[in-house]
Amino acid sequence: MLEINDIGRQLAEQLKKPNADYIEAHLERSTSSHITYRGRELESTGKTTGIGGNIRALVKGGWGFTSFNNLDDLKGQIELAVRQAKLASNKKSKLAPVEPVVDKVPSATGKNPMNISLSEKKKLLDEYNELIWQTPKLQTSVIGYGDSHKKFIFASSLGSYIEQERMDIILRLTAVSTLNGEVQQANLSLGSNGDFSQIEGIHQQIQEMAHRSVKLLSAPQVKGGEYTVVLDPVLAGVFVHEAFGHLSESDFVYENARLHEIMSLGKEFGNAGLNIVDSATLPGLRGSYKYDDEGTAASKTYLIREGKLVGRLHSRETAAKMNEKPTGNARAISYRYPPIVRMTNTYIEPGSVSFSDMLADIKEGVYVKNWYGGSTSMEMFTFSSGEAYMIRNGKVAEMLRPVVLSGNVFTTLKNIDAIGNDLDMNQGGGCGKGEQVPLPVSNGSPHIRIRRCLVGGR
Amino acid sequence: MEHILSQARNIADDAEVFTVSSEETPVQFEANRLKHIQSKQSHTVALRIIREGRIGYGVSTNPEDIQGLIDMAVTTAEFGMPAVFELPSLTAYPQVDTYDSAVMSVSLEEMVKLGEKLIATVREHTPDIVCEAEVTKKTISVSIINSRKGQADYTKSIFNLGISGTLVSENDMLFVGEGESRCHPVLETKTITDTVINHLNWAKNQASLPSQSLPVIFTPNGVASTLMAPLMAAFNGKLVLEGASPIANKLGEQIFSQDLWLSDDTTIPYHPRSRPCDDEGVASRRTPLIEAGTIANFLYDLRTASLAGTESTGNGSRHGGGLPNPSPGTFIIQAANTTFGDMISNMKKGLIIEYLMGASQGNILGGDFSGNVLLGYKVENGEIVGRVKDTMVSGNVYQVLKDITAIGNDAKWVGDFLNTPSLYCPSLSVVSKG
Repeated sequence: MLEINDIGRQLAEQLKKPNADYIEAHLERSTSSHITYRGRELESTGKTTGIGGNIRALVKGGWGFTSFNNLDDLKGQIELAVRQAKLASNKKSKLAPVEPVVDKVPSATGKNPMNISLSEKKKLLDEYNELIWQTPKLQTSVIGYGDSHKKFIFASSLGSYIEQERMDIILRLTAVSTLNGEVQQANLSLGSNGDFSQIEGIHQQIQEMAHRSVKLLSAPQVKGGEYTVVLDPVLAGVFVHEAFGHLSESDFVYENARLHEIMSLGKEFGNAGLNIVDSATLPGLRGSYKYDDEGTAASKTYLIREGKLVGRLHSRETAAKMNEKPTGNARAISYRYPPIVRMTNTYIEPGSVSFSDMLADIKEGVYVKNWYGGSTSMEMFTFSSGEAYMIRNGKVAEMLRPVVLSGNVFTTLKNIDAIGNDLDMNQGGGCGKGEQVPLPVSNGSPHIRIRRCLVGGR
Repeated sequence: MEHILSQARNIADDAEVFTVSSEETPVQFEANRLKHIQSKQSHTVALRIIREGRIGYGVSTNPEDIQGLIDMAVTTAEFGMPAVFELPSLTAYPQVDTYDSAVMSVSLEEMVKLGEKLIATVREHTPDIVCEAEVTKKTISVSIINSRKGQADYTKSIFNLGISGTLVSENDMLFVGEGESRCHPVLETKTITDTVINHLNWAKNQASLPSQSLPVIFTPNGVASTLMAPLMAAFNGKLVLEGASPIANKLGEQIFSQDLWLSDDTTIPYHPRSRPCDDEGVASRRTPLIEAGTIANFLYDLRTASLAGTESTGNGSRHGGGLPNPSPGTFIIQAANTTFGDMISNMKKGLIIEYLMGASQGNILGGDFSGNVLLGYKVENGEIVGRVKDTMVSGNVYQVLKDITAIGNDAKWVGDFLNTPSLYCPSLSVVSKG
């Protein structure tokens, strides 16, 4: 087997005399496995191994990039990247300085999925599937499990040499129910950065999910309009990711002068109780790491503090352009792509309002839980709930079909008027930006209440 | 490849080796300027075996690691699904042209010029717009070989040209974009920039709609963002087999407007998603899905077809190197004769949807959708009066496609997966922020 450590060291030597303003290289070795169930039976299982790398070169402000599976001719790849960079050079890009780093970072510890046999994984999933199928009136089920282990080497012409290992686990379960041509589904997603025990012992949640899919068949659809909505920590996490997280990724702002003006630090986006943070330094979450894919140390960044914009997420390039400090948020989903500015673990800090107080003065509203998905255009965003209930006279009332909520970044954050005391991080999602999907991230929040939120419906 | 196959035969009853290699050169522009020139090479080899009646599977980026591949396939075969189908024997494939050597001869300098021209044309119309553009050339080579003497090879060339622009003012953002993807070089930029400029003109003024039921025109992009995800799921033979598709028991029934015709076609010459055979070596074809509103067929791969007691429609696709699954090739909604202008002029008050954000984030299986009108226009007394914002539209795909009263003559490609005209729906729920 090819050992990327040996190749990495040779490569680091070659980068010492760069024929460019800056060169960095990534090498990656990965192994992954997946197990899928559809209906009662295991449908597919497979294993994948991969090895590959990339070279990124900067010459007079222009970038060249090559990615490859064949590691035989790295010298040729470096030359190609430099040639492309020369062709692209137009003084556009520069990099904020960072200190060179030499370090070795092992993967997180926990119940390591790489040491668990396929049959043991299957046994757990069989149990879960059996639970789903105990539900009366169920039509079918889908279970997708995947795990991966990656070893990365990062080397740069600054003299950085970083070896990092990362693991990722994802489990998604779906129960589908049908009645007279109606189809309803309920989902559950979990994840971990390498601890298999995080997806064990969730039998009760799975049972609830399966029963919910059947109950949805008789649930009414909400009447569309503006409502006071209360979001559970999972959906509020998706909300903060879509509604504000993406807008704080500086690659969207850094070359757009007008947007920069609108997103100037100090601008008020929310009420004084609102604090939004992105931090890869939280231990043990799917968006956690020590160094990003440009070799910059991870940091905790306040995006909103007391309602005001106070920071944003940077790569070395966006930081240089905006005269701010790199935050260690340049990430790539694999060696096939150059790093771009991404979120890590993004959350709303807890306040002090209890869930029951939050509901107490709502005459008619909607309580939304769990997620189907979310997207953003930066200004407008949508996020969809996996569960929804009417709130009537301060109490959670009848179940509704899942709803899609929508907002506008310039008004909706200001309409958050209560922040709960029960912060929880959701590990079951993945983030997409351009072609680079899914990237492991986590997001979270306590329960929050939003006034005048637009809810789609009949 | 033969090498891997013959070694795999020693431990398996049947085996199949699938390889895909690609070479891609994207030239990317950011903030109106050239940013990045890239070159991406990739190679993947996948081994599928049938061992003691079960499927085993391994994938690697390293073609020399044969033992690794075989080990992975053997390990997973212990638990794999029962092999209920046979790998296809040597078959005749239709002639489907997907390669034009001119694509790879387009020089980097020419690609840079194309991107610059796209951006310059749009900025000449709207100087404040900030554009991103991408010009990409790519070749993909696919080979399949199996122990039943099945064998197929083909090479594809793809050229992409695309631009997106962001126009920001105080508390407002407008996003426009257009692109084209073909197996020939796309050297003409006018069609793309005309479309972008058209949207910039329509979006100059803002307009608001009341919360009520209103007639809606879905442009081709509107059809793609709102209606396609549920349909693509509904015709998937696997969901049909499981009873999770709402049309599972409706084969031969008319459940859509009788003017609606939909087919899946992977044989269109020089189209990026065309191919002589699918990823299991089954010959490509055109499969009618809706004929005059009636459900005509579903889409199958080998395994699902065998379980359903039918034949593969040549829709076995491997996404990300995984096992084959039924997957749409290219959806074609047949154009009719209403012009886009006539659709608008017959509208007293209504909405044009170009992009509905979030519509595919709900219960896709059931067909309910709800989304934010990210790009859409208000029509009043037969005229487009301005762009609509802070507005949501909700409905059900099956109801919409039953209700449509006009189908456009303006069919066009949306990405590379759909060719559709505009569709006119007489009534949908519209909710706006008042």
